Amino acid sequence: MPTAATFEIDYIQFLDAEGQLVRNDLPAFARDTKQLVKLYQEMVMARVFDAKAIALQRTGKLGTYAPCLGHEATYLAIGSAMQPDDVLAVSYREYGAQFHRGVKPRELLMYWGGDERGNDFSGPAHDFAWCVPIGTQCLHAAGSALAFKIRKEARVAVCTIGDGGSSKADFNSALNVAGAMTLPLVSIIVNNQWAISVPRGAQTGAKTLAQKGIAAGLECVQVDGNDFIAMRHVLDHAIKRARHGHGGMCIEAVTYRLSDHTTADDARRYRPEQEVKDAWQREPLRRMKAYLQSLNAWSEEEETAWKETCTKYVDAEVNAYLETRAQPVEAMFDYTYADLPPDLVAQRAEAVAREKRA
Amino acid sequence: MAQITLIEAVTQALAWEMKHDPSVVVLGEDVGVNGGVFRATLGLIDTFGADRVIDTPLDETTIAGLTVGLAAQGMKPVAEAQFEGFIYAMLEQIICHAARLRNRTRGRMTVPAVWRAPWGGGIRAPEHHSEANEALFTNVPGLRVVLPSSPARAYGLLLASIRDPDPVIFFEPKRIYRQYKEEVPDDGEALPLDVCFVLRDGSDVTLVTWGAQVKETLEAADALAAEGISAEVIDVATLKPLDFDTIHESVRKTGRCVIVHEAPRTAGFGAEIAARLAEHAMYDLVAPVERVTGYDTHIPLFRLEMKYLPAVSTIVEAAKRTLAAS
Repeated sequence: MPTAATFEIDYIQFLDAEGQLVRNDLPAFARDTKQLVKLYQEMVMARVFDAKAIALQRTGKLGTYAPCLGHEATYLAIGSAMQPDDVLAVSYREYGAQFHRGVKPRELLMYWGGDERGNDFSGPAHDFAWCVPIGTQCLHAAGSALAFKIRKEARVAVCTIGDGGSSKADFNSALNVAGAMTLPLVSIIVNNQWAISVPRGAQTGAKTLAQKGIAAGLECVQVDGNDFIAMRHVLDHAIKRARHGHGGMCIEAVTYRLSDHTTADDARRYRPEQEVKDAWQREPLRRMKAYLQSLNAWSEEEETAWKETCTKYVDAEVNAYLETRAQPVEAMFDYTYADLPPDLVAQRAEAVAREKRA
Repeated sequence: MAQITLIEAVTQALAWEMKHDPSVVVLGEDVGVNGGVFRATLGLIDTFGADRVIDTPLDETTIAGLTVGLAAQGMKPVAEAQFEGFIYAMLEQIICHAARLRNRTRGRMTVPAVWRAPWGGGIRAPEHHSEANEALFTNVPGLRVVLPSSPARAYGLLLASIRDPDPVIFFEPKRIYRQYKEEVPDDGEALPLDVCFVLRDGSDVTLVTWGAQVKETLEAADALAAEGISAEVIDVATLKPLDFDTIHESVRKTGRCVIVHEAPRTAGFGAEIAARLAEHAMYDLVAPVERVTGYDTHIPLFRLEMKYLPAVSTIVEAAKRTLAAS
């Protein structure tokens, strides 16, 4: 019988859970040990920030917060593989990538702390803001990629989505149109195994999430998302080919959400403790640290000192956030339209008057 | 100067703006070689190429999401929903993103985009091709909702919509796409997006309407005139933001108001106008406000659809009731 089509999904890993190299064709970027140390430090920074943010929420100083614990390698790989001119469209926990691109922790805290000004962040002005409606950001990235293609700009759009989000129409629409129009769009499914309480297996019968891009005509690959070197290697390839007009890729980063979904969630309700314990053995920082130590590029003393640096920096950012005064009441009106229509001018005056009476 | 139809005025406006602003692109289903199922984009691909006249995959979600992305990165996309009944798959992108991106980023990112859609009933179309769903959008902060009812207003309002820095829902009453022609100078002159059009001066009763119903309403005004009743006719045209002042000024003069629209009555946009009259014009009114609308049912398939839509006779009757009341 003739075969109409076949496909395979490669799985990419360089570092195993213990930080041992499983391949000997180390990519060029990974030979720059100083750079690896710097990126490891950024991963640690993201983790220190994450713990602090959760503590702030628990003490009533932050609203609901979506942690990034366990995703640090994937996010730093994304952030460091992109050029400032490229566009990043995230969901809502890709902090390592965003910090690398210039977003400040205080801005992130402002967003989760109930202040729209957090979305007017210091990262690239063309990067999209945090996106709560699941999957919708993927089409914003596709539209950005289309703009680059129309204007013949050598720029790439990158979007991230969770395993649950890979079930959404917008995500599948983005892959489809990226294939149909050969758009410079790199889509990364951050498969952390859990969409709040629903496990990966309940999302689809597909063996991998990466293969969702096959039907769209995209190059697809599954990567160990806890392995920074593998993630960065794949992203370098994906971004380079997109930038040179060869179209999009669909990348599945296999990782694990070591935290609750958000601070409003209690993961103990739906997943076994042993599974989480096992996942801690595969987590990204542990293996990166072991690898750097095996190169004599990082020591326990440096680790301790760096964590102190992180704590000081995060504390300063937290203080800056806590000292931020709420916006004046009229701020809720002033960005609704470029020019405020008369109806809203009147309602704005109502709100200001109510404020004065209060 | 050529006489053109409403649909030709849409094409003329798109061509003018694409010629003068390289950031304007058109995207949708069948908008390229086919020129759109109503031919709104006829010939544009020959002039501006497939890079700017973009046939998308057959997916409204794709069209809406690409439009947000394009606009956020400095393009001025004009998206076509093939029919207003297919626009629902676009709602999440329009409401959660297009309408609020400026606000949620404190002005860092904006969506200067237009969503065009053929709108309304009365063309014996299949199911889901005859909706009047403008009120779904007039409740959304951050949007403009525009509904022209003549070739000249379609041309001027579409130019204004494309040039506007905020997202615009631009509904085109398909029943009158080719109903008549008028001279529309291709001069790139936009019309204001925040002013109602007074189409006929009158002193006894104000008839407020928009879209295809403007035709029946003007005919009703003729019929009333034959009986010695002077009706003022207002085409709202720019529903959101609403120019209530023009309506109020008219009602101050006439003391009576009939609101005509083909959408269902409950929470239709006529309810907003009636509420504002109650708030601001109570003492100007000498009779209760009347609404002549579609029923609170689904618009029936076409053997019954004309019995659903407001008619000249129902508008005349409502106007007479306001006169009988005082």
